[in-house]
Amino acid sequence: MERAAVLERLATPLRAAVVWRLATVRAVRAETPGARTLVLDVPEWPGHVAGQHVDVRLTAEDGYVAERSYSIASPPEAADVELTIERIDDGEVSPYLTDDVRAGDQFEVRGPVGGHFTWRVEQGGPLLLVAGGSGLVPLMAMLRHRAAQRSDAEARVLVSARRIEDVLYRDELQRLAGVQLSFALTREQPPGWTGFGRRIDAAMIEAVGPRPEDRPRVFVCGPTAFVERAADLLVAAGHDPRAIRAERFGPTGG
Amino acid sequence: MAPISRGFGSRRRRDVDPTRVPPGQYTVNDFPVLSAGPTPRTPLEQWTFTIDGAIDDAASWTWDEFLALPQETFTVDIHCVTKWSKLDTGWTGVSVDTLLEGIDTVAEYLTAWSDGDYTTNLALEDVTGGQAWVVHTFDGEPLEAEHGGPARLLVPHLYFWKSAKWVRGLTLTLEDEPGFWEAAGYHNRGDPWKEQRYWND
Repeated sequence: MERAAVLERLATPLRAAVVWRLATVRAVRAETPGARTLVLDVPEWPGHVAGQHVDVRLTAEDGYVAERSYSIASPPEAADVELTIERIDDGEVSPYLTDDVRAGDQFEVRGPVGGHFTWRVEQGGPLLLVAGGSGLVPLMAMLRHRAAQRSDAEARVLVSARRIEDVLYRDELQRLAGVQLSFALTREQPPGWTGFGRRIDAAMIEAVGPRPEDRPRVFVCGPTAFVERAADLLVAAGHDPRAIRAERFGPTGG
Repeated sequence: MAPISRGFGSRRRRDVDPTRVPPGQYTVNDFPVLSAGPTPRTPLEQWTFTIDGAIDDAASWTWDEFLALPQETFTVDIHCVTKWSKLDTGWTGVSVDTLLEGIDTVAEYLTAWSDGDYTTNLALEDVTGGQAWVVHTFDGEPLEAEHGGPARLLVPHLYFWKSAKWVRGLTLTLEDEPGFWEAAGYHNRGDPWKEQRYWND
């Protein structure tokens, strides 16, 4: 993309009208056994900031409508809007999006939405990104934005998941330049595993860093219980509560 | 005309009265948590509730004084802008009418403010006349910190972000001043029945 276009996208006004747009699924990509990415073509997409989300609206043949919110995985620099959706088995919407939708299908989206859980390279680092499960999605948009802008902002990432195969974007994470990566596998660790093999705790927060004195911008995203625990640990470790931005989601409804 | 999502069928719950669920919402049985930062924890002996701003003398209650005010127990439906609704939630707390009793003001708006620096703005007419409470008990149990305890505002006829968690006071204002989410692109009033989610809805 040309630089002018990039700058225009980065200057996305917060107050762009939030209207429903027709999205066409351009491609579908499996990420983990329980999650996949939908690559969407959204004409007249106003651009977004890393960390924002969209509302998705599905309409059944009988006129029944269901709406849900999903974080955007793609960075502002990408032409397409990518959503990574984790299947919630008894959910109403996510099984449709993870199992049934195929290229060429259409549904409505509106957004971007959310002006708090966001990061632009101009805001600088150090960054501390803490993800539980699919809470990695909006944080990945930040990391992709950082990479696209060739930012050298210090970035540390802690990803907690049950098993290694549940970690989203595993290969891409390993390829990111200048990012300190840590994984915590809470249920099962592969043979020879050298990462963390337990739930997030105070020692892990300290080992991952940075120190509170370095005044990192902290973003925590994941299921409610994970975010509560991680945010409490970060506050207890001395991080300024005002520097910790959190986004929680429950397994509810999906 | 909305496009039909190929193969998408309703899996909605059939035991819920659809007239109680605002457009774009779905019902849940658990109680999801939404907040923008860490959960603050203020000891009850340090807790106060204050009404200040466009009034002659600020009013303030300690936790014990607050509990000594007339209490109401009631059941309402709540609706979160992130799409979930929870029906028949039971609460106990103090009506905002009670808190404003004897307060003489020309203010037409207020800002509710909370531990953790959260704010939300409301019209006075949306929190008076038996429409809003400061609650401390949920379904018979003390309100948990992650759900806004020790006390939160409850304005059930508006989206739930207006029901400020960890609320510590109301500042009466002459002008309507957008709060935390209102300044970040969400709707200024947030009526779920009009689906007022974002600023231009």
